[in-house]
Amino acid sequence: MALVQLTISALPAHVRTARLMATAVARRAGIAESALDEIRLAVGEACSRAVEAHRVHCPGRPIQLDLIDRADTTREADASSGKPAERASHNGKAAQRFEVVVFDCAPAKEPATAFEDPAAELDIADGAPSDGVSGLSPDVGLAVILGLADEVSIEPHEDGTVVRMSWPLGKSDPDADSELVG
Amino acid sequence: MDLKLDHHTQDDTEIVVVEGEIDVYTAPRLRELLIDLVNKGNFHLVVNMEKVEFLDSTGLGVLVGGLKRVRAHDGTLDLVCTQERILKIFRITGLTKVFGIYDSVQEAIDKRQSK
Repeated sequence: MALVQLTISALPAHVRTARLMATAVARRAGIAESALDEIRLAVGEACSRAVEAHRVHCPGRPIQLDLIDRADTTREADASSGKPAERASHNGKAAQRFEVVVFDCAPAKEPATAFEDPAAELDIADGAPSDGVSGLSPDVGLAVILGLADEVSIEPHEDGTVVRMSWPLGKSDPDADSELVG
Repeated sequence: MDLKLDHHTQDDTEIVVVEGEIDVYTAPRLRELLIDLVNKGNFHLVVNMEKVEFLDSTGLGVLVGGLKRVRAHDGTLDLVCTQERILKIFRITGLTKVFGIYDSVQEAIDKRQSK
């Protein structure tokens, strides 16, 4: 497993930094180009939600991102065992994936269990009242994440929320190709 | 890339040209511009998003807020966007049913004037 960790202050300006970092690590991990935009947007949504929550509850505490290339786990295991590639699992997710985990420290409320009609937000997002900059509910951001990531889990706890998102690794990784060849 | 905003009048419509990234950091500037335009009596807006490189739900919220403001004056807020990466978030959130989304500024103006 290859891991990149990023810790940011709860400032809107750093959300872009997190997006850029996640995209760079995903590209390095071999994510297909077509999925990079999805990762950029999903990570931005997760970090924006976390930043807004921190600004309300705990502005001085940082937000953590784990960017995990799970392909390496399989490669290392294969090299040591000599067995064919095995799709090991971690937290119920298959290996050979790129995973992003966003940890925040703000006390969580349960996200809406269903988000069937995002356009209905128009009726409640009237002018000034807002849970954030946009006036839309933070659940819209979560709905976007659900629409973008291949696998998602959102774990709200009393001491924060953990958003896990993952995508299958494509075949654009030059290192992976070279391993297959030789 | 940061956010660049410009606006001009064309055929009784205020055209807002947006370039760069609209996210939680930059969206407040777009919101302020839209509010300012409406407060100055511009109730028919077209937001040209052809040069937008990134848009998240914060930006969507700002556009929705602008739409609500112009509708309060029987106005319109239409979008110009042909980029699939940007259109995708409108589809995911169901907002394609809310905004008029056109291929060009002239098409957006013509469509409104024909109503």
